[in-house]
Amino acid sequence: MTGRRLLGGYAILAYVFLYAPIAVVVVFAFNGGRDVLYWQGFSTKWFEVALETPEIRSALKFSILIALGNAVVACVLGTMLALALPRMRSWVRTPIDALAYMTLVTPEIVFAIAVLVFFVQAGSRLGLESPLGWHTILIAHVVFNASVVALVVRARWVSMGQHLEEASFDLGAGPLSTFRQVTLPRLAPAILAGGLLAFTFSFDDFITSFFVAGTNSETLPIYIWGQLRFGVTPAINATAAMMLAFTLVVVVLAYLVLRRSGQERDSGGLPGV
Amino acid sequence: MRPRFRDLRATGIRGSADSRPAQSGAPRYPGWLVLPAVAWYAVFFLVPLGFIAATSFGQVEGFSDVAYTWTLDNYRYLWDDVSGDLHLYRDIFLETLKLSIVGTLSTLVIGFPLAYYIARYAKHKTLLLLLVIVPFWTSFLIRAYAWLIVLDPEFPLFRALGLTGFLERHEILFTPNAVYIGVAYNYLPLMVLPLYAALERIDWSLVEAAQDLGDPPLRAFRRITLPLALPGILAGSLLVFIPLTGEYIIPVILGGNKTFYAGNLIAQQFLESEDWPLGSAIAMVVIGALTIALVVYARALGRQEQHS
Repeated sequence: MTGRRLLGGYAILAYVFLYAPIAVVVVFAFNGGRDVLYWQGFSTKWFEVALETPEIRSALKFSILIALGNAVVACVLGTMLALALPRMRSWVRTPIDALAYMTLVTPEIVFAIAVLVFFVQAGSRLGLESPLGWHTILIAHVVFNASVVALVVRARWVSMGQHLEEASFDLGAGPLSTFRQVTLPRLAPAILAGGLLAFTFSFDDFITSFFVAGTNSETLPIYIWGQLRFGVTPAINATAAMMLAFTLVVVVLAYLVLRRSGQERDSGGLPGV
Repeated sequence: MRPRFRDLRATGIRGSADSRPAQSGAPRYPGWLVLPAVAWYAVFFLVPLGFIAATSFGQVEGFSDVAYTWTLDNYRYLWDDVSGDLHLYRDIFLETLKLSIVGTLSTLVIGFPLAYYIARYAKHKTLLLLLVIVPFWTSFLIRAYAWLIVLDPEFPLFRALGLTGFLERHEILFTPNAVYIGVAYNYLPLMVLPLYAALERIDWSLVEAAQDLGDPPLRAFRRITLPLALPGILAGSLLVFIPLTGEYIIPVILGGNKTFYAGNLIAQQFLESEDWPLGSAIAMVVIGALTIALVVYARALGRQEQHS
């Protein structure tokens, strides 16, 4: 019994550890003063400052557009992968599986410089002036986000059974109409949730974006990184707080979508990776 | 309504989620549907990895161009570079290994009791687990830089406790210790999730039975809980260890310019020195070391499965 209480107390400490630093950033975003570490009254002025900074506005727009485009492409590729892969022969499936997992576990810096070298070399061979830009960020993000969507969609796809699809095929429907009329309605929540998670992954990504961005494509994390060289400022805290809020809303949305659709089947919950 | 982490298990930690054999007779979606994703992986993942493999055998030409000369010079340089008594690059690789091991162990030590509490005692398991996951989904960069504020000697809490002077004399920020703290913090969710997934499946009446039969709690833990939790421990260690070998953000932000690991070394070759071949060689060493570590891991897992 005492062990249990001790562990309970420990768990509270662990949650404080997990949330205190994030809370500090958010709280200090509302600091009225110019100095980050000295509290000078509550104020929302740094949010106004942040939202009026042209660099932050354009970086925000940029981040959202890239994350959206990435989510759409990742949803298409990931869903197609998830639909066909589970029933393939293992000598085909195993290597493709391994490849998809590799895109998720490779240290990001290695992937980032690899695509950088690839884009620059391919670009110079194709005679492009400056091959890097928003499109290279998007292409690179899709690599690991297609795997994220595939994981989420496939978990649902495998757990819900495929008798309806088999019936549809037996009755003569082709893959396209079976997908539209049978599979899509059932899988839509999982695809949406996967897409939302892919969105946040791209929106928050720093390392890959940083290396393949070129000179004119600043995303929000790249902007924050650049500003950190001059130390933390209240405006940076405000920008970070907005990013946190934005990501949280999207993640909670993904969780609710997955959970609601999984209610009758007991398999809600966010994927771990 | 417990999340089952089917997908976590599918993350390659323990084989695939769909262990059902392919039913070749039943109609299904055509296999070519995998082609777009596979093509994307091939062109924008495998080929780029091939490019840095090739670049690692090249040389700098002119200002920052690469000449593919198929030389081993970059690797030789990494192995030999000596300044005084120090092997610069070898030492940095050892430091990286140390960071990865310390990071893995510290998240394990911090995370295990938490996962254990949620799995065995907590009432609102789903909620508590969700609370562990949520930070993982927020920006890594922001979670790292938050410690710039929290570890500052002038952080209001330290001022209130009168610790500012002490902390100014015993700096934490911009030392390896700050890096270790940041790593333990940022990677904790990745460790807790698989630990929980393993602990949650344990039938606790086994532990109670062992204790009823006279095993002291610690012995029951060692003989029953620990072996059953081992898959989770191995999976969590893998999820933390692998990305840590290339950690870049935390050392740069919290380590100041005094700490160097493989990740920042790679970045430096690309951002400052413009020595892409050397940077690629360092990346190849990281990949090679990881491959060896994964083979060892797979062996250990195989032995563990034989055992049970």
